[in-house]
This record gives sequence, C-alpha cells and structure tokens, in this order.
Amino acid sequence: MAGIKQINVNGKNYEIDADGQASLLSVLREQLDLTGSKYGCGEGQCGACTVLISGNPRKSCITPVSAVGQKQVTTIEGLAKGDQLHPLQQAFLDEGAMQCAYCTSGMIMTGVALLNANQNPSASEISQFMEGNLCRCGTQPRIVAAIQKAAKAGKAAGQ
Amino acid sequence: MTATQNFHEELEPERYELAAPPPYRFEADRREFFKILGAGILVVSALSTVHAAQESGAAKRKPGGELPQEISAWLHIGENGKITVYTGKAELGQNIRTSLSQAVAEELRVSISSIAMVMGDTGLTPFDMGTFGSRTTPIMNLQLRKASAAARELLIGLAATQWSIDRKRLLAAQGKISDPDTSRSVDYATLVKGQQLTQTLPAEDPLIAAAAWTVQGQSLPKVDGRDFVTGKHRYPSDLKLPEMLHGKVVRPASFGATLTSFDAHEAEQMPGVTVVHDGNFIGVAAASTELASRAAAAIHAEWKSKPQSSNKELFEYLKKNSIEKKERAVGGESSRIESGSMENGLKSATHRLQQSYTVEYIAHCPLEPRSATAQWSGENVTVWTGTQRPFGVRGELAEAFRIPEERVRVLMPDTGSAYGGKHTGEAAIEAARLARAAKRPVKLNWTREEELTWAYFRPAGVIEVTSGMRADGTITAWEFHNYNSGSAGIRTFYDIPNQLIEFHATRSPLRQGSYRGLAATANHFARESHMDELALLVKMDPLEFRLKNLKDERLRAVFEAAAKKFGWGRAKTYAGQGFGIGGGFEKGGNVATAVEVAVDPATGAVKVVRVVTAFECGAIVNPDHLLNQIQGSNIMGLGGALFEAIEFENGRILNGRFSKYRLPRFSDVPQLETVMLDRKDIPSAGAGETPMLGLAPAIGNAIFDATGVRLRSLPLAPNGVKKV
Repeated sequence: MAGIKQINVNGKNYEIDADGQASLLSVLREQLDLTGSKYGCGEGQCGACTVLISGNPRKSCITPVSAVGQKQVTTIEGLAKGDQLHPLQQAFLDEGAMQCAYCTSGMIMTGVALLNANQNPSASEISQFMEGNLCRCGTQPRIVAAIQKAAKAGKAAGQ
Repeated sequence: MTATQNFHEELEPERYELAAPPPYRFEADRREFFKILGAGILVVSALSTVHAAQESGAAKRKPGGELPQEISAWLHIGENGKITVYTGKAELGQNIRTSLSQAVAEELRVSISSIAMVMGDTGLTPFDMGTFGSRTTPIMNLQLRKASAAARELLIGLAATQWSIDRKRLLAAQGKISDPDTSRSVDYATLVKGQQLTQTLPAEDPLIAAAAWTVQGQSLPKVDGRDFVTGKHRYPSDLKLPEMLHGKVVRPASFGATLTSFDAHEAEQMPGVTVVHDGNFIGVAAASTELASRAAAAIHAEWKSKPQSSNKELFEYLKKNSIEKKERAVGGESSRIESGSMENGLKSATHRLQQSYTVEYIAHCPLEPRSATAQWSGENVTVWTGTQRPFGVRGELAEAFRIPEERVRVLMPDTGSAYGGKHTGEAAIEAARLARAAKRPVKLNWTREEELTWAYFRPAGVIEVTSGMRADGTITAWEFHNYNSGSAGIRTFYDIPNQLIEFHATRSPLRQGSYRGLAATANHFARESHMDELALLVKMDPLEFRLKNLKDERLRAVFEAAAKKFGWGRAKTYAGQGFGIGGGFEKGGNVATAVEVAVDPATGAVKVVRVVTAFECGAIVNPDHLLNQIQGSNIMGLGGALFEAIEFENGRILNGRFSKYRLPRFSDVPQLETVMLDRKDIPSAGAGETPMLGLAPAIGNAIFDATGVRLRSLPLAPNGVKKV
C-alpha cells in the first residue's frame, strides 16, 4: 500500500509518513502527538477514538489513514476556538459529565456530530445516537444532560 | 457505630487486597525537601505514624515489624503562597484530586486554585499502600486535613509572634492571618518568606467540624476538568518521551504456557526493531506501534500448554479445590466466624432453607488498558504507569530486575479508571524490560484483548446458605459459606443469634484479584436473595421482613429512605413488571436499592426500568461527586448483575474483546434516583464501592416478583429469563 504523506487535521495540513493501512488513530496519536483521541478497543466498539471526518463521527481506530484523503479531520483538540470552549465542552464541565474522563473526547465528538445533525435531540434520540460510545464509570445520564444543555445553549445563541 | 458495624471492621480488609509495605524506605531529609521545594513551611510526619494512620488493621498481619523513622512530607507552603500537597493516592476518576483539595482548602483556609496536588509519585509522596478499599476519604482526607490544620496553626503562631499578640485573637481565612480587632492582616506567602520551618504532624489537631464546613460539603467541579474536555490531559498511554520507542509483547498461547522455541529472525531484520527474549518473555521495541505489532507478529514462537479447566465446570471446581487453612492461598487465608449454635438455631426454627448461589468471573474493563512508559538512566529506572498501587509496582519492578527499590521511581498520571483492576504492574515490568534492552525509553500500551486476557478478574464464587426461621419471620440460624469469591461483606448485618460464616480460600482456574466492591457484591447477592426467599416462606413483604430482623439504625434508615422514594408497596401496572429491594453495609457506607424491572412476557428479556438508591456514608464531602459515584456504581453494576461473564476454556479467554464481552451502554441505563443521607455527626467514609451492592440482589428479587422465577447466579439473565 502506498504511503500517505499528508493529512488535514483541525484545519491544518500536516506532513506525515504513514502506511495507508495504518489507523487514523495511530497517526493522530503517534505522528501528530494529538493524544486527545483515545484507544479503547481497536475494533470500533467503544467510541473513545471518535473524530469527525467532514463533520461525520468516525471511529478512528478502524479508519485506515488512506481513507481520509483530502477530507478535514476534527479532533477534540480542534473543537475550542482559542480559549472559548465549544458549548458541549462547557456543558460537560457544567454537568460534571465525567469521572476518569477517558471516554470524554469520544463522547464530545459524537455529541457534536449529533448536535450538528439535530439541534434539539430528545433524551432517547441522544441515547440511541451515543449507543456506540462506552463509559465504564457510568456517567451516561450526565452525558445525556450535557448534550441537552448544549442544545439549549445553541438555541439561545440562535445557532 | 453499632456493634454490628464494628464487627465488620474486624474482617477487613478484603484478602484479595493484601499488599505488604516495604521493610525500609530511606528518603530525602528535611533539608533536601527545602532544596527541592524552596523555602516555606513543610508539614511532615514520621513513617510509623504514616502507617498507623493509613493502614490501621494492616499492622497485625506484620507482627513485630518495627519500621524505621522516616520523614514524609505532606504539605508545603511556598514563598509564593503556593500550596503543594503530597499523597501517594491515585486519581482514577473518583475525583479525589478534587475532594482532597477541598479537605486542604477547608482546614488551611485557602482557595482551591492555590493548591497543587502531587499524587502517586514514589519519588515525592509519602508511602501509600494503594488506592483501594474506599479508604481515601476516611483515611487520606483526614490525614491531609490534619496536615493542613497543623500548617494553619503554625501560621497563626508566626503572625502572633510577629505582631506580639495573643494567637487566640487571630483568624485564618482566604490565605491570610488576620486580627479582627485591628483589621491588620498578612498573607501566607509573606509570613513564610525566607523561612524553613518544619511542623511535625501532631497526634491531635483542631479540625473543623463537619457542621461548620464551608468548602467540604460543597459540590466543587473536577479541579482540572478543562484539561479533560479539551483532550489536553496526558493519561499514561498518552505520554511521549524524546527518543521513545513503542513496545509489543508476544503472548503465550494459553495461561501458564511455557516457551519451548522461537524464531525471531524476520523481526530482527526489520529496521530499528529490538527483540528481547528473557526466560518466558519475548517482546519487541520499535519506532511505531504499527512496526512493533508487525515485528511481534513475525516472531514464530512455540508454546507448551497444559490442560486447564473451563467455565463449564467452574463451580464444581471451586467447591472441590478449597485450600486448607495452613496452606497459603493467593487470595489469602480462609476465615470462620461463629456465634451461638447452628444446631440450636435450626432446632428452634419452623422453616429451614438451604440454597446455593454463584457468581462468574467478570472483567474490570477500564476504558484505558494498562500502559507504561519506562526510562532507564544507568541502574535507575523511572516508570510512568496507570496503577492503583504505585508503591506496590515499585516493589514489583525492584523484584523483577533484582535492584533495590531506591533505584525505582513510579509515577502515576491521572488514569483512565481501574475499578480494582490495576493493582499490578505487568505493563510496567514489560516496558522496563524492553527499555533496558533497547537503551531507549519504551512505551507499552496494552491492547483491549491483552487487558481482557492477561490482567486479572473478579473472583468467581459459590455461596451456600442454610437458614432457619420461626413462623413469625424471626431468623434463628444463619450458615454462610463462600468458596473463593472473598470475604468482603460476608457477615450478615441482620440480628441472628446463631451464625456460622466461613470463607473458603480456593484454587482459581483464572488469575483473580480485586474488583470494585470486591466480594461484597457476591455476598450481598446471596444474602439479600436468600432474605427474599425466606420472606416468601412466611408470606411477608420483603422490606417488612428485613426490618423485622434488623436493628442497625443506619441501615434501617437507608432501607426506609429507598422504600419511601420508590413508593414501595404500590400495585403493579403492567404485565412483566416487578419490584425488588436489597441493601447492606460495607466500608463505612450503608446502601439500599429498590428496583423496577420489566420482563418481556414473550421473550423473557429483562429491562431495568428504574433504580432508587439510598446511600449514607457519614458527612458528605462533595455531594455532586458522591452522586456521580452512586450513579456510576449502579450503571457499572448492571453489567455484572445482568450479563457480564468471562468465558474461558483450557487456558484461553473466549470472549476477550468488546465485541464479545457485553458492557452496559446508554440504552441499558435505567431511570436513576438517589437519596443521599448526610450524617454530619459521622466521619466521612468512602463511596466508590458500596453503592453498587444492593443492585444485583434487588434486580434478582424484582425478576422473581415479575416472573416467579428465582435466579441464583450472577449474571442473572444474559439471555433473558427462561420460562416466564
């Protein structure tokens, strides 16, 4: 498989040197030192590695870097605008929606994708959308609350 | 505390948590601390005090072990006013970095933001047995409050001397000492300027009473929460050192297999790959994880396996393989408690009941698998790793490499959870072995399959209960045998005159160890299921039956609170609906859980609809974090209660990945309601474990209520309830 030499992450072009089969997750973490995306299972079952590719939530542990091409990748590190947190990041803090927080990056990225698609999700819609993300500490009810809070904040901001 | 609750303490700590402190530890003296930390105030204690404070009860297991005097620093106030706190405890998501900061802020009268916590670093923090057993709050919180109070009193004394006035006039508040009469004040930074003062931890400190707390008892958010929602925090698996390589270990074909031959020629030809073979260990280090994985896969190893038992015959195995008291078991010694006479108790009974309950092995599945980064400098090694026992892992490394502990430093960055599953240092030893050979730092992140195979499991167990009861529902006899799963929470808290309770240590087909709540989950499951079975015999309401046999006021209070919130006793409204209750006492906490289940009449599928938990653990330190622990315990507990079980056969794990090992997900989460009873008159206890204990029996009891089917095995219904 041909090597991959370039990737766009968080609006920035990076020179990389990766085998096309290498997982996007390993490239993000090892070559770009963007370690906010986590390894949890390596088979797309836990969602800790979730990033956005062209705005869609993708499990980066099972996404070969060759599949990214010219598309824009957004990771947790690219979500805040300077010091201004994304409303969902802020909502996670406000709701205390974490314990060990190892799942948090993936939860937030999946939640952002949901909010982009549905600005007013119900609790059951959230639960359904987030089903592929595991939280072992058991903060799911708070994550649902945080997503709903961010949805309200988004509406208030006229988004 | 009542006599019943004291009696529990005698049986603790759980045997699967055994860990010995090192016989010696020689450290920097006071002058060196000031060299490192700069001038200021240092609160210290001698090691013997440290041990007494941290491990009351542990000492009797090491009789005559007089420990050398040693200086341990707990707290430093610098010339810039910065407070640095040192504790060997580890942050794994319990949010103790926050709650311990609250303890310091409370007693020292400073803002949370002026406090930096140094945690789980064997080079800097006082010795600590480890972060387990719900001991951080009752022991470390108190210890840091004492250290902070000692510093506060010293600061008041400094100001009094400076101003030549009676110290009784002075107040400590907001990082300042002030004299209300003259409105004069001085901040801590100014007071400690140029000083090198050491305050030894006194035996008694003027601690602020829970009723007067202003910082403790408040729902402060996670102190460094922002680092987590931005992905900035570096977990152990995120660390990166200059020149660092990535490691990969070639795993044996089955448990206990021995390496007979291997061919690493191909791997050795790969660029920059180091292959390490040492006894039964083969591993590689390479520039990337991809390359390390390729190299490891290219090593052709032959293993000699031995036949082993499988979970088909697990419970039979455990019953047949109990270990005589004289033998040392991995899980500790067997123990037996007897009061009254079972014979008399059964004679005076109208009803007798004998039942057997089982629990399967389950896995912790911390979302961050084991990880370690090791770096050698000459004969010294430093390892960053996710562990609940940094000092224990230091000991393991020293032993593995045959070097003194002084040459090993273990650091524990805040970690992606553990739940009792990260007591050991496998990854640390493996990373260090690879790093020594490669002469470069090596990071080794375990895969999920490795974590689900080569870590350890919550012990499986068989529990046999024999009971006797009078016609009026008074329990007269209680005999309880636990094979293998453990002794935590084994003692009944019901008032029964004749008891025989025994833990039988057993050989275990799988490597087993600690788990959140330990054996208390299994023991509560058996006990509280059996209670419902007895209630049925005399046609009593399960709650009424419990209260009839229960004097302990704290436990009665949580049962009553849960029942009230739940609406216990109301009529059912749909087919397949069932209500159940269960509860107990453990590690200073009292819990009662009432559950509503819906069992699909057609398929037998079980849905836990609603869970009401009442919990009381003394004075509440941080209500929101306590609530988070209670909710989390229930959600995690759903897995072990309903569907989690490790499947194994002949030394192999059959379901060692997330696609095969089902864990609770969003759609499994019931409506959770919590009642927290705040007892400001009772010292704060830990809360990470006990809230989960009532759940499994309450679900089992609710399933019985819904279907008439009594389930006596955990997990209860991995495939739904058969024969509805």
